[in-house]
Amino acid sequence: MAFIECKNAAFGYEGKAAVDQLNFKVEEGNYLCIVGENGSGKSTLMKGILGLISPMEGELILSDGLKKNEIGYLPQQSEVQKNFPASVYEVVISGRLNRLGGRIFFGKKDKRAALEKMEMMGILDLKNQSYQELSGGQRQRVLLARALCATQKVLLLDEPVTGLDPATTREMYRCIRELNKKHGIAVIMISHDIDMAVQEATHILQLAETQVFFGTTQEYERSKVGKVWMGGEDDD
Amino acid sequence: MISVLQEMLSYPFLTRALLVGFLVSLCAALLGVSLVLKRYSMIGDGLSHVGFGTLSVATALGVAPLKLTIPVVVAAAFLLLQLSESAKIKGDSAIAMISSGALAIGVMTVSMTTGMNMEVYNYMFGSILSVSTEDARLSVVLSIAVLILFLIFYNRIFAITFDETFAKATGTKVKIYNMIIALLTAITIVLGMRMMGAMLISSLIIFPALTSMQVFKKFLSVVISAAVLSVGCFLTGMIFSYVYSTPSGATVVCINIIMFVVFTIVGKLMHGTK
Repeated sequence: MAFIECKNAAFGYEGKAAVDQLNFKVEEGNYLCIVGENGSGKSTLMKGILGLISPMEGELILSDGLKKNEIGYLPQQSEVQKNFPASVYEVVISGRLNRLGGRIFFGKKDKRAALEKMEMMGILDLKNQSYQELSGGQRQRVLLARALCATQKVLLLDEPVTGLDPATTREMYRCIRELNKKHGIAVIMISHDIDMAVQEATHILQLAETQVFFGTTQEYERSKVGKVWMGGEDDD
Repeated sequence: MISVLQEMLSYPFLTRALLVGFLVSLCAALLGVSLVLKRYSMIGDGLSHVGFGTLSVATALGVAPLKLTIPVVVAAAFLLLQLSESAKIKGDSAIAMISSGALAIGVMTVSMTTGMNMEVYNYMFGSILSVSTEDARLSVVLSIAVLILFLIFYNRIFAITFDETFAKATGTKVKIYNMIIALLTAITIVLGMRMMGAMLISSLIIFPALTSMQVFKKFLSVVISAAVLSVGCFLTGMIFSYVYSTPSGATVVCINIIMFVVFTIVGKLMHGTK
């Protein structure tokens, strides 16, 4: 049973496919890394999974009771305004918007959920701090907590470590690993860092304007594409 | 100051003007926070010019001004929103085009009918005398509607202002809420335009929000501060203009400029020491 499945799907803009022949599945508890060079169609596919654009060909199936508004999304840093006046709490609880339905204000349940996710991300003490005053790593945690407010099943992360220093990057990966392993949340991550992808993910999807590889990480390491892409680096 | 205010309230036309101005400043400030953060500040300016053009045409045709102006400005707001989303014409040039175009049409209409007279001057720079009883009634109803809608959609407005993509991805109908913001902005501008003047009304939207952001760093505090500031500056400006016989719209804007400078200094002191 798959959460997300692509069958011969193609995504693009204005009638031109940016990426095609997509055939992959994301199942419960999976950790999928989408790798490829700039312009290989990673972000376009991401938009497709989020439902911001519809497939031009083939189909994208969300199943297992996964509704469209149940995908948590961590955008690239650059896409969120850094100088926005908002407290950490305000940002995190905005992730519960999809549960608001016909109500006007957030209720006790929403507030509890927001606090819970902040605790999970270790940012509870930043609750009343302004988003503007946070470091890059802290901001990512805040946005991750917001994404968790929106989902319990699937997280989509768009280059989550861009612009972070090495220590914060490691911390971020540890955080994501924990969400995946401990809380059973399926993770789909766009990444540049192939070594990290192989180390962290259960599955790899490689794109180059079309699907080059999809399979488990072990299969990827043995595959020709994988060997070329990983540049024959020594294991350590 | 209280006695001056009491004296002002003894004139019915001033009471009307103060009431409408109070409500419009409140609406403008609330919407302004979202518009400034979404980088849509210029939409307010563009819409006020469209309002001026329509107002001139309405006067020339002898139609009730608000009844024609509101729908036209609302339509212009939707158009501007659409244009700023499509990539073909860049948003800022679209706004500049529409606003100067509307201004030109307004000026042409006026010059062909009544000529450039006091009335045109009032449209451009505002006059508290222009608020009729009927206008006042409609303004009160509409501005209360704007306030209620803002309150109802507060959380959604925050979410789409902060991160539109995330809101869209988690199933919020961003387009509808953007249209609601545009609709509320258009109504607010038309209501405030006659008193503040077409050239000055956008300051009511931009100043309180920007001023508040110098000091406050949370969304809710910025919203509350903008509302208080806006109303405070409006009332102070009106009293000043009454006592010293200065033009009301321009006086309110000048008070806003002073507050902006004060808040900037306070903000620098507060956040600079951290």
